[in-house]
Amino acid sequence: MTEKDVVITGIGIVSSLGEGPEAHWRALSGHPLHPVIDSERFKPYTVHPLPPIEWSQQIPKRGDQRQMEVWQRLGTYCAGLALDDAGMKGDEAQCTTMDMVVAAGGGERDQEVDTTILEASLTRNDREILLNEKLTTELRPTLFLAQLSNLLAGNISIVHKVTGSSRTFMGEEGSGVSAVETAVARIRSGQSSHLLVGAAFQTEHPDHLLAYELAGKLHRGSWKPVWSRQGAEGGGMVSGSGGAFLVLESRAHAEARGATIYAMIDKVSSARSRRGAEDLDQKIGALIDGTLGRDTAALAISGASGAHEATAAEKAAIDRRGHLTPRGFATMTGHLKEAQFPFGVALAALAIKNEAAYPPFDSDEKPFDGHVDTVLATAVGHERFEGAARVTKA
Amino acid sequence: MSKHTDKFGRPVVVVTGMGVVTSLGVGKKDNWAALTSGTSGITPISRFPTDLLSTRIAGTVDFLKSSGKGAMYLTYELAETAALEALAEAGANGDFGGPLFLAAPPVEIDWHQRFALYNRKAEGVGYDRLLDVARKHPSRPVYDSTQFATIADQLADRFGTTGMPITLSTACASGTTAIQLGVEAIRRGECDKALAIGTDGSATAEALIRFSLLSALSTQNDPAQKASKPFSRDRDGFVLAEGSAALVLESLDNALARGAEILGVMRGCGEKADDFHRTRSKPDGSPAIATVQAALSDAGMDESGIDYINAHGTSTPENDKMEHLSLSTVFGERMRDIPISSNKSMIGHTLSAAGAIEAAFSLMTMREGVIPPTINYDNPDPAIELDVVPNESRSADVSSVLSNSFGFGGQNACLVMAREPE
Repeated sequence: MTEKDVVITGIGIVSSLGEGPEAHWRALSGHPLHPVIDSERFKPYTVHPLPPIEWSQQIPKRGDQRQMEVWQRLGTYCAGLALDDAGMKGDEAQCTTMDMVVAAGGGERDQEVDTTILEASLTRNDREILLNEKLTTELRPTLFLAQLSNLLAGNISIVHKVTGSSRTFMGEEGSGVSAVETAVARIRSGQSSHLLVGAAFQTEHPDHLLAYELAGKLHRGSWKPVWSRQGAEGGGMVSGSGGAFLVLESRAHAEARGATIYAMIDKVSSARSRRGAEDLDQKIGALIDGTLGRDTAALAISGASGAHEATAAEKAAIDRRGHLTPRGFATMTGHLKEAQFPFGVALAALAIKNEAAYPPFDSDEKPFDGHVDTVLATAVGHERFEGAARVTKA
Repeated sequence: MSKHTDKFGRPVVVVTGMGVVTSLGVGKKDNWAALTSGTSGITPISRFPTDLLSTRIAGTVDFLKSSGKGAMYLTYELAETAALEALAEAGANGDFGGPLFLAAPPVEIDWHQRFALYNRKAEGVGYDRLLDVARKHPSRPVYDSTQFATIADQLADRFGTTGMPITLSTACASGTTAIQLGVEAIRRGECDKALAIGTDGSATAEALIRFSLLSALSTQNDPAQKASKPFSRDRDGFVLAEGSAALVLESLDNALARGAEILGVMRGCGEKADDFHRTRSKPDGSPAIATVQAALSDAGMDESGIDYINAHGTSTPENDKMEHLSLSTVFGERMRDIPISSNKSMIGHTLSAAGAIEAAFSLMTMREGVIPPTINYDNPDPAIELDVVPNESRSADVSSVLSNSFGFGGQNACLVMAREPE
């Protein structure tokens, strides 16, 4: 135990299961478990939709809400939840010195404008003129800002006054891993004392489904748990809307202000193992061993996406390690893309705080009856990059 | 333990290789010659028709193989080209062996690709139709262009960087943030070298129109090379541009041990976010002031140590006014006498790449003893009293530089660089 241990003191999470740590603990430890899914709206795809959210609880000004598309609003909302949970919301001294790392994708395009242009392209050959004509007249000027990746962080600064520093990482699941990894490294080295880190993803927009489906990544047909989609129609991924922000602090900083500590992030690792390589499962296994240690019995909060190859490799790596008991949380929340890793770390911290494991999320998973003082969180990207964290009792 | 540490006990970080591409050309040699002769790279746009557009000029890079192929391909090639130059200069053969920090624009599916998808045989209208096409005809190249990690992954393969690369965006400060991430990783002792790249090849019609709708761009189309006029009274917006720069960052220990030539020192990095507005900065300039002060303090210097300022200098009415206010607050009366110039007067605003390009030019300014000018300074803004090195380059002994980057969305970052280690 040292002063520079990195501890989690605030959790702001939203998924189809609800909002906040308590709601998630209840939804994920109850029996029987009920994933919330919508298989109609984007048929043949299933999504885990956002729960009803009272945006003004965390974003009081209507004007601010209007300046953001749902994805930015969701992230800003989750960031507010995390600050509230850490007891730092509205604390000017804390927020103006707080660093921030956000993992961000892009926003939601204007479907109507895109459709107008695409439909006209069926009958017009002057497509570049068509673009100029429609984009200059139909696009809402501020939509650009509502979509820009770095503007999620920008909005968190504006709404919650977090201004110590602001960095946005991009790049799907890996950006969520890098964000947490960098945040932990900065605190441990003394480059930062307290930091807000997280991401949000809103999947209920066809452009975001399109991106996955261009490589045939999405699961089709009837919904199945994340480990049970091999051989089913489609590419195995069921996407979800959600977000996860964490307040991380050095132990010294947290203790000095009398904060309640969920857990400690003991180690974060990342890697870039080629999908398509025969030894992908061994590479993932090595990442897990390097993060957790070779024999540490642990609950494994897996962020497996469902994408066939990556998920089969992760499953093989976990199955070969009898000391691991996996919980594939995408079964319950859908895949949250950039937010997948921060969300997994949040679930790991919650289990440690509650000194209890989650029950199996599907019939393939076994009960866990060991001590919950060390939990592994993983996020193996559906196409590239992977990371893992060891979260322990603080 | 590091032998060469700064006054805070951290490893000293130096630059041992640099590469640059802008609308002025490929490579440091051509860029420096053009930059110091006051040449503009801004031209009428030829990449796409400009009918109906109020801005018809840009600083595009039209001479690479990928220049007409779409934002993702050009953004990659720009990064690759700059990195090749930087690695050759650093004498880094084979796998680079350090991490990659890439500042790149958020790139979406190109409109040419959207049109091509939409005009395939499929059912439905709008996104239903696109999804139907995707199901029937999956396309790996189009998928790749939807993934923000694609470019960094390809660069990591190309150059043998270690671990998982980081792609980042802090808007107009991105290039600076990439350098800062590399400096911090070396200071933490995680690596003894890092590759920081800023790249932006995203001057598409949609990008231009989006900035235009925010009233951010100059509409002084004719003559194109006169449009970017930082600190001038009649400045009316920035000029969208493309480019890239790569810097090999290295601990001084590592550089000395392998006998590498040291091109300059990354003394300090500072940042501070603005909470005022999505496109406007706080009227009192406090975030920009705090950013400059943070960089000086991280460098272990006070304001008297800065010989030259490489301005953010976008040529927007707002930025140049606020930059002047902030610098005057930090440097006081002395600000009238510190030379400050804007590379953007010649190369335009290269967005995600700007911080990295301007860092490379700042290091060259010190090495060459020549300050590139602020061109198009024919009509000074009387409210901005600065020595902007007007119109012609100037010989000067410069041993330290402050380089500013202030971004849309309130992300501000500054670098303090020095010619030689202390």
